Amino acid sequence: MTTAPKQLHLAAHFPGVNNTTVWADPRSRSQIEFSSFEHLARTAERGLFDFFFLAEGLRLREHNGRIHDLDVVGRPESLTVLAALAAVTDRLGLAATVNATFNEPYELARRLATLDHLSAGRAGWNVVTSSDAFTGENFRRGGYLDRADRYTRAAEFVATARGLWDSWTPDGTPRPFAHHGPHFSVEGEFTVPRSPQGHPVVIQAGDSPEGREFAASTADVVFTRHGTLDAGRAFYADVKGRLAAYGREPDDLKIMPGVGVVLGDTDAEAQERAAGIRRQQVSPQNAILALEQVWGRDLSSYDPEGPLPESDPDPASALVQGRVRVADPLAVAARWRELSRQKGLSIRQTVIEATGRQSFVGSPSTVAAELAGYVAAGAADGFVLVPHLTPGGLDDFVDLVVPLLQERGVFRTAYTGSTLRSHLGLAEPVWKG
Amino acid sequence: MPPLRPLHLAAEIGGPPRYDPAHYTGLARLAEHGALDFVTLGDSFARPGPDALAVLSRVAPATRRIGLVPTVTTTHTEPFHVSSAVATLDWVSRGRAGWSVDVSTTGAEARLFGRRPAAPAADLWREAGEAADVGARLWDSWEDDAEIRDAATGRFVDRDKLHHVDFEGAAFSVRGPAIVPRPPQGRPVTVVDGTADPARETAARHADVVLVRATTPERTAEIRDDVHRRAAAHGRDLGTLRVLAALTVDLGDAESPPEPGLESGPPLAGHGTYYRGGPVDLADLITQWHRAGAVDGFHLTPITPERDLERIVNGTVALLQHRSLFRTFYPGGTLREHLGLARPANRYALQGEPA
Ligand SMILES: Cc1cc2nc3c(=O)[nH]c(=O)nc-3n(C[C@H](O)[C@H](O)[C@H](O)COP(=O)(O)O)c2cc1C
Repeated sequence: MTTAPKQLHLAAHFPGVNNTTVWADPRSRSQIEFSSFEHLARTAERGLFDFFFLAEGLRLREHNGRIHDLDVVGRPESLTVLAALAAVTDRLGLAATVNATFNEPYELARRLATLDHLSAGRAGWNVVTSSDAFTGENFRRGGYLDRADRYTRAAEFVATARGLWDSWTPDGTPRPFAHHGPHFSVEGEFTVPRSPQGHPVVIQAGDSPEGREFAASTADVVFTRHGTLDAGRAFYADVKGRLAAYGREPDDLKIMPGVGVVLGDTDAEAQERAAGIRRQQVSPQNAILALEQVWGRDLSSYDPEGPLPESDPDPASALVQGRVRVADPLAVAARWRELSRQKGLSIRQTVIEATGRQSFVGSPSTVAAELAGYVAAGAADGFVLVPHLTPGGLDDFVDLVVPLLQERGVFRTAYTGSTLRSHLGLAEPVWKG
Repeated sequence: MPPLRPLHLAAEIGGPPRYDPAHYTGLARLAEHGALDFVTLGDSFARPGPDALAVLSRVAPATRRIGLVPTVTTTHTEPFHVSSAVATLDWVSRGRAGWSVDVSTTGAEARLFGRRPAAPAADLWREAGEAADVGARLWDSWEDDAEIRDAATGRFVDRDKLHHVDFEGAAFSVRGPAIVPRPPQGRPVTVVDGTADPARETAARHADVVLVRATTPERTAEIRDDVHRRAAAHGRDLGTLRVLAALTVDLGDAESPPEPGLESGPPLAGHGTYYRGGPVDLADLITQWHRAGAVDGFHLTPITPERDLERIVNGTVALLQHRSLFRTFYPGGTLREHLGLARPANRYALQGEPA
């Protein structure tokens, strides 16, 4: 007896503000004009993707007290863009990253429920918890939270939002709602009926043990960086293993690593193209900057084509602000020095090697086989594709790889449902009135 | 007689709560068919209805020219998020966004957030003024040509054209710069209902469009003069300000004898001035008030949008167009252009120029 191969899920990350976007490419267009969002979303929908994904940053990054100027800067506000995209797409899920630290549950629950209505059940929310005093300077309450408190606030935030989403009966009657907890006190009547897919889909991105536990207890989807086969399998087993404690089944939570894809007519051509992309992503200036981020001091006098500094990092420094912090600078520096010594790499070459995101590189058939292989091997349920070109970065994937995935029987040939939950194979949450 | 200033018309499209986007898209398209300057969509955290800004963002790609002005409250929200969302509405609509600034004075709204008790309207309008002020600064915090994409030096932006706003108010502080680049209109259009005293100072200082609810052209002109006086005291050029009379209209009984004049209809709680009658008499009333020089135009709130907006557009507006009192097409693409308001200069760019 043969069983049907495991289906994979695909999502599209908009290549705006992040250090993977190659803005100097002549085909690169605006990261802010609506036409760019429309192009990528329509491409993803043409490819029958589960959802379109937007990241968030609430303060422009700074380096040495000056605004970081080497990567794409400037983005629209996610939920507002997604509401507009709901007008030009029919089936595609629309997921926004929105911080739980710098928002209030009543307001955000209402905006998400509104998006779910405006899109007929296609809304998703990536709950992030990044918080620091630097970002907090843009907000009323300052916003700095301890690592531990961030996740207790996030958990109470999501629980409160879900309570609000459940506060209307399925037949459309509002009922009074009250929540009083350590972080929030919310009392009154919600203004939006139960949403077309029950609740918007909850996504989690954050890798600490607290983050994984939060995902296991709360999320529908995990967005992760564990892209290699081994790391992916370990992460997958760890997170899925945490579900039983919350009375959940492995399939209740989808694990989707963010990955790049570089295609070529042949594997060799794709490899060459990928190397060219990495050189564009890590310019000489960006290489020194990445180094300063680890070493925590001014290294502008170093030659990007020369060797790494011999001296150790200063772990206490906050030279770069607004980026996820390097966990253990001393260990990272040691690893980079070792890599550089072994392979005889310059600063820039080391950064190129050490900071690459997992990418699938090859001909369309190679890439299709690898993606399916990861899912079959229990390293992922699917992928969030992170293109490097705005907005045309998914065109080739949709035209060339999606048909091969369909031929393999691992990807849908038509949308079978209309809500994001149905694309992800997730049940509608039971109403808890 | 001085030449008449162009007439401006706007309409509210909210009514009983609806969650279906096609409903709102249909009404906005209808208003666009009448070449109205903008539609508004009222909002509050404490009465049924969807988030107005999201709804009008959903409407944006389904319309081409009409201005989109959601109510956005400033009491329980973060000014940084609010300014980002309004700027984004301007991006997705290609320069057609505004926001109608409001405050949340009730205990019911305060309890939904649990962060602060209900406060007096005067305090909240001062805070709303700060929110409008910091919003405008954040919209200016990117100069228009900040994005340079200079491959030779590897620089995507010219950091000298991005500015910390360093706003310190009584209610909050914001460091900036914005995460959203300066929107197409430079600054989306700020609308404030300046009828009530606590709001009037904020309106005079920060609004591009001030709404006034009064029962006679004389009383409307008085309030307008007061708004003008206060705006001038803040050093504003009065040419940058539009004053619209706000009327609630009920055109449901067009077959029966018209009841023109404002005192004739039963007053509606919370709706202020109220007109009931036929679309032709409404056109006469608009003509009269506008000829009297009381206002730059009207903001009409139909009590039943599906029915009354159709009568406004195909009756009242068509007649005003026939009389050459109102334009028949949009000469420009942005809301500022409809209103005859210039794209504001960037305060930081001006600072940066050599003396
Ligand atoms: C794949 C991935 C994507 C993320 N995207 C964002 C983002 O768009 N905005 C943001 O503020 N934080 C983002 N984060 C940061 C997480 O929300 C989280 O705060 C961070 O990883 C630290 O939490 P942790 O200690 O649990 O890892 C992302 C994290 C991961 C792993």
